[in-house]
Amino acid sequence: MTATMNNEVVPETKRADWQSDQEVRWCPGCGDYSILTALQLLMPELGVRRENTVFISGIGCAARLPYYMNTYGMHSIHGRAPAIATGLAMARPELDVWVIGGDGDMLSIGGNHLIHALRRNININILLFNNQIYGLTKGQFSPTSETGKVTKSSPVGLIAEPFNPVSLALGAEASFVARTHDMDRKHMQEMFRRAYEHDGASLVEVYQNCNVFNDGAFSTITKKDVRDDMLIDLRHGERIQFGSEGQYGVVSCDGGVEIANVADVGLDALLVHDETRQDPSTAFALSRLAAGPTTPTPVGVFRAAKRAEYGAAMATQVAAVAAESGKGDIASLLRSQPTWEV
Amino acid sequence: MIQKTFSNEAGNGGNNVTETATEPTVPAVDRVIIRFAGDSGDGMQLTGDRFTSASAMHGNDLATFPDYPAEIRAPAGTLAGVSAFQVQISDHDIMTPGDAPDVMVAMNPAALKSDLHRLAPGGTVIINRDTFEERNLTKAGYDYNPLEEGDDLKGCRVISVPMTSLTKEACKELGVKPRDADRSKNFFALGLVSWMYSRPVEPTMDWIDAKFGGRDLIVAANKAAFSAGHIYGETAELGDQRVIVKAAPLESGTYTNVNGNTSLSWGLVAAGQLANLPIFLGTYPITPATDILHELAKHKSFGVTTFQAEDEIAGIGAALGASFGGHLGITSTSGPGVALKSETMGLALSLELPLVIVSIQRGGPSTGLPTKTEAADLLMAMYGRHGESPIPIVAPRTPSDCFNAAIEACRIALTHRTPVMLLSDGYLANGSEPWRLPDVDDLEPIEVTYTTEFNHKNADGEDEYWPYLRDEKLVRSMAIPGTPDLMHRIGGIEKEDGSGNISYDPTNHAKMVEIRAERIRRIEVPDVEVVGDVDADVLILGWGSTWGAITSALGRLRGEGHKIAHAHLTHLNPFPANLGEVLKGRTHVLIPEMNLGQLSLMIRAEFLVDAQSISKVSGQPFTAGELETTILETMNGEAKQ
Ligand SMILES: Cc1ncc(C[n+]2csc(CCOP(=O)(O)OP(=O)(O)O)c2C)c(N)n1
Ligand code: SF4
Repeated sequence: MTATMNNEVVPETKRADWQSDQEVRWCPGCGDYSILTALQLLMPELGVRRENTVFISGIGCAARLPYYMNTYGMHSIHGRAPAIATGLAMARPELDVWVIGGDGDMLSIGGNHLIHALRRNININILLFNNQIYGLTKGQFSPTSETGKVTKSSPVGLIAEPFNPVSLALGAEASFVARTHDMDRKHMQEMFRRAYEHDGASLVEVYQNCNVFNDGAFSTITKKDVRDDMLIDLRHGERIQFGSEGQYGVVSCDGGVEIANVADVGLDALLVHDETRQDPSTAFALSRLAAGPTTPTPVGVFRAAKRAEYGAAMATQVAAVAAESGKGDIASLLRSQPTWEV
Repeated sequence: MIQKTFSNEAGNGGNNVTETATEPTVPAVDRVIIRFAGDSGDGMQLTGDRFTSASAMHGNDLATFPDYPAEIRAPAGTLAGVSAFQVQISDHDIMTPGDAPDVMVAMNPAALKSDLHRLAPGGTVIINRDTFEERNLTKAGYDYNPLEEGDDLKGCRVISVPMTSLTKEACKELGVKPRDADRSKNFFALGLVSWMYSRPVEPTMDWIDAKFGGRDLIVAANKAAFSAGHIYGETAELGDQRVIVKAAPLESGTYTNVNGNTSLSWGLVAAGQLANLPIFLGTYPITPATDILHELAKHKSFGVTTFQAEDEIAGIGAALGASFGGHLGITSTSGPGVALKSETMGLALSLELPLVIVSIQRGGPSTGLPTKTEAADLLMAMYGRHGESPIPIVAPRTPSDCFNAAIEACRIALTHRTPVMLLSDGYLANGSEPWRLPDVDDLEPIEVTYTTEFNHKNADGEDEYWPYLRDEKLVRSMAIPGTPDLMHRIGGIEKEDGSGNISYDPTNHAKMVEIRAERIRRIEVPDVEVVGDVDADVLILGWGSTWGAITSALGRLRGEGHKIAHAHLTHLNPFPANLGEVLKGRTHVLIPEMNLGQLSLMIRAEFLVDAQSISKVSGQPFTAGELETTILETMNGEAKQ
């Protein structure tokens, strides 16, 4: 199969074409492996060119990913990947730019850049690998760690409450926000695809297991036996319903949302998920259903709304100026202020 | 360029008054220094700027020094709110805005109080008398009226004019509101001073039309105020104050009056054209660098993208991303911003990607003196990153030279694939001078090549791409994203030379550290030129904006018979190859700097010469006069020992 982009034929690729020759050096059993696999499987499906695909990351275990993709890539500095990617995406809009980082990388040191990349709606795909811990520096708490957590830097328990990346992204006006987890490759692949297809900034939070420093952080919601009752699968246009027998659902309540028994409220009371809504308040309310991955937690696309994309708007402005004033000429630029002859 | 003559840039007393051929009644002086001082709300920068423009049109050589407060709006009438603009105009080539003003305009008591001490002995003060009432006097800290009592104005000539009331009077019949009339009083001052120095009137009138076009009452008020000032000169019989500074014998060509930030921005735009690359400026506003963003934002038609980021780290990050994508990435800032950018500069140098970091230095540390100049970031530019992380440094010497320095910084960045620091300062940024425009066709193109083919064979004889294969100057191969087959990953972790693969091998790291140092050493920079008494025992070594004051001071000292040589550094890393030779065998190497001796430290360390520092860290540039004195003292002091 070949896909066509801009009317040109893109050669077919296989998973192996997207694997670089570098040895993958995550701890055995790390959730990062399955995320990498999902990406390498997705790329051939997207029918994109390797040379037009760029992965940019910050620092952390997650941030090593670009080395393993046979594309262009930059492993940059802690927290700054969204900024670097912004410059690249603006300069070269024809490239597909992916940003990779962990929860410490994106939410702590790089929180400011994440917010601004999202609110500008720059055309980049941000994958936030959330393991609720600092992996690379060997086990300090992160902004998403749960209150009371004992780590090397919080030996008597973490005082702060966890940060909710989806809420943050929606608050930052993100036009595409999704959540997935490393135990479900198909779902990850689907979320990554949706992020790719979205015009503008997209953020996908991936619950990722760090089996060395925070093993099982998500097992309360992702383990096979609890999954059906703990994962709320958001699907556009469908009622928000979950549970092994579909016994639970999400209903509106006091301007927000809450979980109810279908038996109590009836099917028709369930909220129908609309990811395209311009008003992000329902998506935000859904993101507040679970304070952390301990109670039933929504996964899927929270929001996929249309908003002007920054790079395109910039390009339009530049083109408009060029059309109006013509191509710049240095000799006239130097004479643009009053001049005199001697 | 301009023929150098050092006639009488010194003190006030030395004005050569001669009869002019053109206007026999108006005596001519060879130069004059005027300082406009008033409250921040009085429009003194504008007044100075207009006077400068008219003088430039008249053909004078000139140099300006805007000196404004840090507060956008300090309480009106207070010392903190005094805003001043000094300009020296001359009939010969000058390098500085001059030491002591011959004429000072004081729009209120605070301006008089804060700036009178600068006035040359016997100088003239033009005072807006209307503002010398109790409230303003108290705000300025006077418990008397210096126009009536005290010794403040002793020894100077005072022209006390009720500018506010005369302006209101002139505007009355036009139907201008008293408040708007009051705002025009700076044009009264401009009119008066323009009359005194026979400045052409049309440029100012045209400017008023262009600036306030459509707002007829404002146009009328400003023109009326200007004329009232002009007429006041005639009628108040200030004829004996009237002098002319004739046009300077400048080399023929087209001139424009330019400040450092504008010419620096134009240099960046030109570099983009010379390299045939789009420019990407990633930046965050900070005084005194912000005008570069303002200027570049206007030039989209040159393929310039300006990105006002969320902070300086994002600014440089975005610029680096654009560089990675094959654009000319530039970031602009001042000292505190450089501090924030240093980690990304380290990344850029590890990635060996082109990037230009423009820093317009201001007084530090921390917020320091945002609106005042200093040149104390040299060591930060040189060493302010972690690890062994050399970065080339280029520093302009005059406002117009910022154009050349900007092109040079871009040339080094693009052809050597390295971040480059372009180190200007607040004094150059805002100061202006007439600039003979270069012939654009004479500017050298910047050759940039990106790799598009495999450059290596692996053990099995298969083609591959190695991003860290180098040429004879140790410049690495660069393939930009979008280039088929040459996909590769780069990052800040140490890389194996050649392949670019991650490597923690100790010998490889040692090798890479040495390569990164050597590739900066191999950048070709022009030899430093020695001027003055080339073989003198005394060498003055300067860098950056001190060039003007040093050149003027040396002109005076050499005029007095002292033998002195002068060398000026445009490249501070690497140093010019002949610098060691130039320093050798001198009895004195004196280094004037607006810091506590940073270049001295570098010179001492590198060449083991007993360089002596001449420091100034008051937020003000050196004047030629104080350099003259200090150089003499230092030379004599040494001799006595
Ligand atoms: C400026 C800077 N500060 C701190 C560090 C140290 N550091 C490296 S990775 C990291 C945390 C990474 O955590 P996270 O983003 O959650 O990634 P993970 O390793 O868990 O994938 C820290 C603090 C650094 N490299 N640079
Ligand atoms: S420390 Fe944790 S996140 Fe890092 S590689 Fe190991 S398992 Fe993965």
